[in-house]
Amino acid sequence: MNGLVVLRILGLLLALFSITMLPPAVVSWIYNDGAWLPFVQAFFIIAGAGLALFLPLRHHRAELRIRDGFLVVAGFWVVLGFAGSVPLLLIEIPIMSFTDAVFESVSGFTTTGATVLVGLDTLPHSLLWYRQQTQWFGGMGIIVLAVAILPVLGVGGMQLYRAETPGPMKDTKLTPRITETAKALWITYFGLTVICAVSYRLAGMNWFDAICHAFSSIATAGFSTHDASFGHFNSPMLEWLASLFMLLGATSFALHFYAMRRLLPDIKVQVHGGRPRFAWPHRRKISVLGAIRGYTSDPEFRAFMVIQATLIAIIAAYLAVRGHHTPGESLTKAVFQSVSVGTTTGFTSANFSAWPGALPVLLILASFIGGCAGSTAGGMKVLRWLLIFKQGWREMVRLLHPNAVIPVRLGERAVPTRVAEAVWGFFSVYVVVFCIMMAAMMFIGLDQVTAFSSVAATLNNLGPGLGEVSSTFGTVPDAAKWVGIIGMILGRLEIFTLLVLLTPEFWRR
Amino acid sequence: MKILILGAGTVGSTAAESLSEENEITVVDLNGRHLRELQDRLDIRTVEGHASHPRVLDKAGAADADILVALTDSDEVNMIACQIAYSLYRTPVRIARIRAAEYTSRQELFTTKTIPVDTIISPEQLVTEHIEQLIHYPGAHQVLDFADGRVRLVGVMAKSGGPLIGQELRELRRHIPHTDARVAAIYRRSAIAPVGNEDPTYETILPEGDTVIRPNDLVFFLAARKDIRVMMSELLKLEHPARSIIIAGGGHIGFELARRLENTNRVKVIERDYDRARYISERLKHAVVLTGDAVDEDLLMEENIDKVDVFCALTSAEEANILSSFLAKRMGASRVIALINRPSYAKLVEDQYVDIAVSPQDITLSALLAKVRGMRLDVGQVHALRSGAAEAIEAVAHGDKKTSRVVGKTIENVPLPRGTTIGAIVRGDEVLMAHHDTEIRSEDHVILFLTDRSQIPAVEKLFQVSVTYT
Repeated sequence: MNGLVVLRILGLLLALFSITMLPPAVVSWIYNDGAWLPFVQAFFIIAGAGLALFLPLRHHRAELRIRDGFLVVAGFWVVLGFAGSVPLLLIEIPIMSFTDAVFESVSGFTTTGATVLVGLDTLPHSLLWYRQQTQWFGGMGIIVLAVAILPVLGVGGMQLYRAETPGPMKDTKLTPRITETAKALWITYFGLTVICAVSYRLAGMNWFDAICHAFSSIATAGFSTHDASFGHFNSPMLEWLASLFMLLGATSFALHFYAMRRLLPDIKVQVHGGRPRFAWPHRRKISVLGAIRGYTSDPEFRAFMVIQATLIAIIAAYLAVRGHHTPGESLTKAVFQSVSVGTTTGFTSANFSAWPGALPVLLILASFIGGCAGSTAGGMKVLRWLLIFKQGWREMVRLLHPNAVIPVRLGERAVPTRVAEAVWGFFSVYVVVFCIMMAAMMFIGLDQVTAFSSVAATLNNLGPGLGEVSSTFGTVPDAAKWVGIIGMILGRLEIFTLLVLLTPEFWRR
Repeated sequence: MKILILGAGTVGSTAAESLSEENEITVVDLNGRHLRELQDRLDIRTVEGHASHPRVLDKAGAADADILVALTDSDEVNMIACQIAYSLYRTPVRIARIRAAEYTSRQELFTTKTIPVDTIISPEQLVTEHIEQLIHYPGAHQVLDFADGRVRLVGVMAKSGGPLIGQELRELRRHIPHTDARVAAIYRRSAIAPVGNEDPTYETILPEGDTVIRPNDLVFFLAARKDIRVMMSELLKLEHPARSIIIAGGGHIGFELARRLENTNRVKVIERDYDRARYISERLKHAVVLTGDAVDEDLLMEENIDKVDVFCALTSAEEANILSSFLAKRMGASRVIALINRPSYAKLVEDQYVDIAVSPQDITLSALLAKVRGMRLDVGQVHALRSGAAEAIEAVAHGDKKTSRVVGKTIENVPLPRGTTIGAIVRGDEVLMAHHDTEIRSEDHVILFLTDRSQIPAVEKLFQVSVTYT
């Protein structure tokens, strides 16, 4: 453990983060909403704090060990939650308490999308932009961004990357160098966001809403610039588009990266005799079919699609049968709402908590599955559920053939036992953490439905729950908000990264 | 550069480590645990799987790789991996380790139409050549060829008794007026002995005219082939060339070495296995093949071990090599060379019981690194000296006065990076030792020394031809 190195990197990350205070100030200037000052103040406060940590220690270099990696990532996410609340506390409209500001900031960065604010339509544009932007940076992860653009992290970058990215198999790199991998992820992420924003604009949103909702969709986060969320636009076209982009955001970015490489020609700039020339070595063939096959041959993506299709079918059929909506509307609402909750985004276009029968609880349960590993979605990830399901299936086959050797396969390859064990470990810890937090919520005074759904909404990084928290967390007690804050960070870092700091083993030399 | 290394054995992992700073490395191996350890230490990508399977190569990015290096245990896997990478992904450069002489002796096998391996690294052959040169130049620790052997770089441990010891380097010219040699670098063991059993620390000295060579300095000098012996005689009391040689171990290396030396020297080979001994005796014309144990005192006595000039312990068991060398040395062999792979063993015995420890792994690695770096620099050779602490580079000057930073300049005016010196220039068949007023012309092969490996990119830049340079 090397505390000074950890502090040095934390300082550096904070200084980097402070730059994200400037875009909202620019937005404030464009819309002339008079709220630029808090962001500029926050910029100087955070940058000052970061540099105060970094500059005295800037020559203090050492290789990051595994433990340091956990400490940096967990420490940074906690610090980030507080740092992100600085402009919210400084801003004059609306006046937010400390708890509310931290809750809103953590909810943004962890891509949860649970809010304590009401009356969004009347708030300054800069504040709305800032909320959306926190989600976007939190989606792919500021630490992954730092690994991409700060060369100082070196091999230690891998430790940080592993502690921040979700999923049970984190050792696979897209490219040999970790900085290149992080860059590839962010470029893919940025590209998808641009496509999403342009599509929204073409489908009828204004630029501000389009960009803000693109941030929120690709990050599968769920904040909106309107109280009525997607219901405000009342456009089936936008709902279908948003469903598509939420699904893309909840798909592994490694798949997007490979697809992108299949579609884009491999053009290199070569310098021959001093003259730069574009060369196209023709070694990688461009193939749309290959790009699509990249998705369809991935077992996790297929399972994800099957789960979503089943969910949509059940909801659409039930809504139509019960006559809650017309059949056409039922399909649109079912697609939008099940994708929104299933990918742990949390946009709403209908008040799903008032839907009949088991539908509200079914949706909340779907958020436990969440999106694919290596995506921006929360939940326990499809890959883990797939492995758990396959192991359950194996036990049944074993009952019939006691002597059979049955590997757990994922696609063509058998899954290492290590990974299977880790999945079970994660599952049990997740359940235990969930139960403890739900009990805590009920002790604080929430009713059972609210307690259950609020823990699910925060731990799965979903956002809206049922009962009292179906649209806002503003009315629950402060203590419940703090439990929610812990839940959101636990969920974003997939529990272990934070929990490992609480073990005595971690602090023992 | 993107480099794909197949096989994470000792040479594979060390190569990945040495190359990972400048290049993007992907390593493929069957052993997942091994790979995880490697990935924890280095910023590289690892892929678990069979090195020659197309799916594995695809996953490892063979379609983007600039260089493929096949270093698995199996010659056949190495060859087929190069074949597949070339057929499916057109990987531009393919290097393979191939041990069996059955393959390496048939050069016509390795063309793009047959088995597309560009460069074969054959450890046995490299080790044999290395030992042959050590025997040829008694007292030399390292002998490296440049410009197809026209110039050689020789590392010698200076011993008291050599005429130049204790004198300033500028005296060299007076000592040997008709030969031209240049001292490139001196490694001096620091006066303060390190605590415990750490390596002795060496300080690097870039020689000037007034540098004084002391006994036990490791001196690297550069000279034309014909001048090497004269130069060596300046640094140590030169032994007469080796006449009688005993080789313990008749494996690939022992047999090949005996075959090369038997026409000029009296060679005896000791091989334990009778059938093998019979097999090699049928193929050797003059050498005497003995069956027996190399640690058998009576056998060694009978074969006049005390009159032997060089004893080479070349079996595949390094412990046995150490013991037999120790015995031979004690019984009076004048020089002992042993194959020892483990650096810790080599440190333990070198200078005391064994005169020169030869590490096949080091030799393979430096040959591989030389090839890979050579591709990068568009130069002839890159050699690692003293296990990579310094490097010698042969770079070709292209272009003219306008486009090159080196052509048309005298050596004193070339803007060399820190810790770098120019040793010699090879112009056609002519070898010119570097003097401050020597002018570099186009297509000269310039031989440089770097005491700091991180300066390689700077040297690379220096020799690049550019249009914009004015």
